[in-house]
Amino acid sequence: MPQTDAAAVALARDGDSEAFRALVERHSRAVFRLAHRMTGNPSDAEDVVQDTFLKAYKQLGRFESRANFGTWLHRIAVNCSIDLIRARPHREASHDLADLEQFGAAEAADGQRPSPERLMLSTEVQARISGAMSALSPMERAAFVLRHFEGQSIEEISQALGLKTNAAKHSIFRAVKKRRHALEPLVAAPDLAGDAAHG
Amino acid sequence: MPTRHLTDDELILHYYGEAAPVQEPDAAAHLEACGLCRGEYARLKRVLGVIDEKAVAIEPPPSFERTVWARLEPNLRPARRGWVSWLLMSPAPLGLAAAVVALVAGAFFAGRALSPAPAAPPDAAAAAAAIEQIRERILLSDLGAHLDRSQMALVELVSTGEDAAGDISSERSRAEQLVADNRLYRQTAEETGDAALSELLDDIERVLTEVAASPLSGSSRDLADVRRRIESRDLLFKVRVVSSEIRERQKTADQRQAGPRS
Repeated sequence: MPQTDAAAVALARDGDSEAFRALVERHSRAVFRLAHRMTGNPSDAEDVVQDTFLKAYKQLGRFESRANFGTWLHRIAVNCSIDLIRARPHREASHDLADLEQFGAAEAADGQRPSPERLMLSTEVQARISGAMSALSPMERAAFVLRHFEGQSIEEISQALGLKTNAAKHSIFRAVKKRRHALEPLVAAPDLAGDAAHG
Repeated sequence: MPTRHLTDDELILHYYGEAAPVQEPDAAAHLEACGLCRGEYARLKRVLGVIDEKAVAIEPPPSFERTVWARLEPNLRPARRGWVSWLLMSPAPLGLAAAVVALVAGAFFAGRALSPAPAAPPDAAAAAAAIEQIRERILLSDLGAHLDRSQMALVELVSTGEDAAGDISSERSRAEQLVADNRLYRQTAEETGDAALSELLDDIERVLTEVAASPLSGSSRDLADVRRRIESRDLLFKVRVVSSEIRERQKTADQRQAGPRS
């Protein structure tokens, strides 16, 4: 029977490296996926995975056995991702809403409003999604990823990011607004009544 | 029922089910009754729905857990510090060379101490500088050889055919040895503050670790991933450039050593 996380942590604390290895093998993919969403880069995501488990190993003594190891690891991964994003050179500067508004307005002004057919050009949408992601600040990106992809509550996000609840909320609001500004020109359609795109 | 429209923030909270319990029924009722807000909400849902559909969740390769552990495990061991530990942990040629340096230094000072009538007071600073120069030349020579061996291994990996798969035990065994040596050079580069070299050695280490951690019969996908990693980071080009720089530094160090005698 596979060990529980709590049992593996207890053994790892006593120096059992195979127990820690079991934790790494169990959780590394989830950490990678989270890190990749947050950093947008597979190589950076691998670095985050390494940093996360290194930190977790050093802090095993602080882990409370009643807590959920995956959630605890999540928090470390989020912080490592934020640190890495902040340490990057300025090629990924966060954009103001004003910059994105100008971009959207320019498109509408020259009559380039995309037709529904353009929606089928998934590469364009992908590019917009990636571009919008890189326009977010590290905190906005982290908050959005945790809320939208990881399904964490605002309360959980505020704890993970070390923010007050209101600050976490506003990070999410800004992130969503920026993404809407970037993507809405591509997804706007005349028929808006009773749309059930998302459950 | 509130007469004001829902703000963007309220719509976002409603979408994520994060509205305050007392406010949620009002928000839901308003959306039922107000076409304008319902339209705005539909636009929000559409955008977030597109993100759900299109956002790519990259899945790492099947060997990912193995590679993560191979890179991680050595860093979990307590680090040894100090010149003696470095000597003990060095790759064989470098360790032997460092031992020779230590013997030479010891003989030098012993000779000075036992000499009946020294011509001048012992110049400890000059002796230390001489030893440091010898050490640097040995380090450069050994690092250069390591980069040459790594380059050969990388070339072999890149040259493997697109659909190749099968027994990679020799590549794996070579990678295992190179990883161990590479790790030490990388740590030395980090400790001496040579960021560029450290970064290059880190890139090499990732590739070698992945190969060393591969199963004995590598799949074509595993090898393709390794090739992609080498090519996407221009690794071969960088190794050649740094090898060339190391050779220049070696020449300079040799000339410096030969200079006073000429």
